[in-house]
Amino acid sequence: MTEQLIPIDQELLDILETVSDPEIPVLTIVDMGVVRSAKIENQKVYVEITSTYSGCPAMDTIADDIKAAFKQKGYEASVAVILKPAWTTDWITSKGRAALEKYGIAAPLSEHADKEALLGNKKLVKCPQCGSQQTKVLSQFGSTACKALFQCEDCKEPFDYFKCLK
Amino acid sequence: MNNNLIQYILGIADNSLILGQRLGELCGHGPSIETDIALTNISLDLLGQTRSYFQYVAQLQGGDANEDTVAFLRLEREYKNVLLVEQPNTDFGYSIARQFLYDVYHLALLEELQDSKDEQLAAIATKSIKEVLYHVRFSSDWIRRLGDGTEESHNRIQTAINDLWIFTDELFHQTDADKVMVAEGIGVDVAMLKENYYKKVTAILEEATLQIPEVEYFQKGGKQGIHSEHMGYILTEMQYMQRTYPNMTW
Repeated sequence: MTEQLIPIDQELLDILETVSDPEIPVLTIVDMGVVRSAKIENQKVYVEITSTYSGCPAMDTIADDIKAAFKQKGYEASVAVILKPAWTTDWITSKGRAALEKYGIAAPLSEHADKEALLGNKKLVKCPQCGSQQTKVLSQFGSTACKALFQCEDCKEPFDYFKCLK
Repeated sequence: MNNNLIQYILGIADNSLILGQRLGELCGHGPSIETDIALTNISLDLLGQTRSYFQYVAQLQGGDANEDTVAFLRLEREYKNVLLVEQPNTDFGYSIARQFLYDVYHLALLEELQDSKDEQLAAIATKSIKEVLYHVRFSSDWIRRLGDGTEESHNRIQTAINDLWIFTDELFHQTDADKVMVAEGIGVDVAMLKENYYKKVTAILEEATLQIPEVEYFQKGGKQGIHSEHMGYILTEMQYMQRTYPNMTW
């Protein structure tokens, strides 16, 4: 996993870190890797974000939340959605991965392991509740575009797995 | 305004729009919770991709155009999707067969479109591919499960494949706009994708113990805006709100 650090002024970063993903509230948009740049020019803030999946309905909300967060601090912000480079789960920070696990969502595996797990060939996804690796895929598609549904065979809890996207 | 480029983008985007709309009909009506969620997730991906294309089209059109005017305010003849994607959800077999026959093509198209000289199209393709890989995996899996399943599931998926097969050839027809865009290094030469497409589709159908249909006549017309009888009903439902309450927003 390569963690991509985006150079952003500490002041702007602090404000951006108050904005969370509306569907996974424990994750800030910075930890999610959707913020691609932020800068101030002539007193105005310009933020570029990228969507996780093309159809992610959270994007409009995230853009509104960013504008509101900056407004609270006295800034006018403009938010642009960029497509390139395309988002990948590798951009979720290690802090973000830990937050996901704690929230009950299994963090994405590497590309190869992800495929094996989703096709049901190997048991590789750890249950975020009890830590058992005896888990099975229930559905390759889950409650949002970015997740699949799994179940732990030991503690029997169903849980979301954040699919690898590369 | 580059009309050929606009027509070219619509030729791709309208497939995603109409297939996304068709899949959306299954929201809450899928045969099981998992398939229901999967089909609507795929619908969401396709509509998201459509938005990226339509925002680009609106930008090229200029003036008051926006993604909603492109999506909702055209007439039937102005939609350039292939006939395959507008075919109805007759049963789960038809929905899966339609998805599979489109997904294999869609992935091959995007793989080429990634190298388009048009940066915006290349960026949309690169992003969409990641999503479409999941679609192909899902629909191929179900082709195998239904084909190599019970006698009933085998017969029904075979019937769906037989019925929809006549719409596959149109995927590889070039329109005038296609030809211009291919020459400019922007568009994909779809005719080149044909051989590999049938090879891939055949391999999975054979794995699923299904017969490859043999037909003498293929249906076409969607790319020219000449649609099947189903299209009017799709548009009536899809455009209803914008026609009834112009410029409404949620």
